[in-house]
Amino acid sequence: MSGKNMEEKVEQATNSKNISLPVSRVRLIMKSSPDVSCINQDALFLTTKATELFVQHLALSSYKNGSGKETNTLSYSDLANVAEETETFQFLTDILPKKILARDYLKSLEEMEKDDENL
Amino acid sequence: MAERPEDLNLPNAVITRIIKEALPDGVNVSKEARKAISQAASIFVLYATSCANNFAMKAKRKTLNAGDVMSAMEEMEFERFLQPLRQALEAYKKGQKGKKEASEQKRKEKKNITDENDKSRDEEEDEHMDDEQEGENEGEEEDVEN
Repeated sequence: MSGKNMEEKVEQATNSKNISLPVSRVRLIMKSSPDVSCINQDALFLTTKATELFVQHLALSSYKNGSGKETNTLSYSDLANVAEETETFQFLTDILPKKILARDYLKSLEEMEKDDENL
Repeated sequence: MAERPEDLNLPNAVITRIIKEALPDGVNVSKEARKAISQAASIFVLYATSCANNFAMKAKRKTLNAGDVMSAMEEMEFERFLQPLRQALEAYKKGQKGKKEASEQKRKEKKNITDENDKSRDEEEDEHMDDEQEGENEGEEEDVEN
């Protein structure tokens, strides 16, 4: 640390404290949580920064996990897949449900009804 | 004050930028995927807040602090975030301290200047000088951030 010159330190500091997400918006979301009364400024900063790290982590994990190399596109299904397959993203399964074709869903409903009749 | 659903969303432009910076060059992101990630980010904030709040309540505190957020990250199994978060927080605190000291210093300097000038100038000129000083402030702050 002591080897670094002033310029590097300043740059690193600005990059580290530089957050893109609006702190005010994050605060709004946090306040909507029940039982939360006060939020310390450092906590607000950390949550905002953590959210940015999360977005990066989710995007990259989904891309790596998906068929990205062939299509070169990150799609919704990549996200839904990673939510189901990765433990740390499982809290997202409700908002990132896997999509199935309507006809497949209807087919599985029919089969379920047949099973019920057989019982 | 009613909270509409869109108010709890994070700005699309910023989310898109963060995604693009995280992915390799040239990778496209579908609109649906972008929207989904944005929503996931909002859920993340809620989940992290709820988790951090549990730690605060356990310690019988009403104010969420930095330690609570760090504990929440661990609880949520995002240990990978802990190190970068610690570094970011350190830099942030230094930046805050630096800004505070700098603005206090400026205030002191201005006070010295205006004290001297008060004796020779009338009120109108003082107001004009305040505007100039504010302009100077903005310029100097920009330098600090760069």
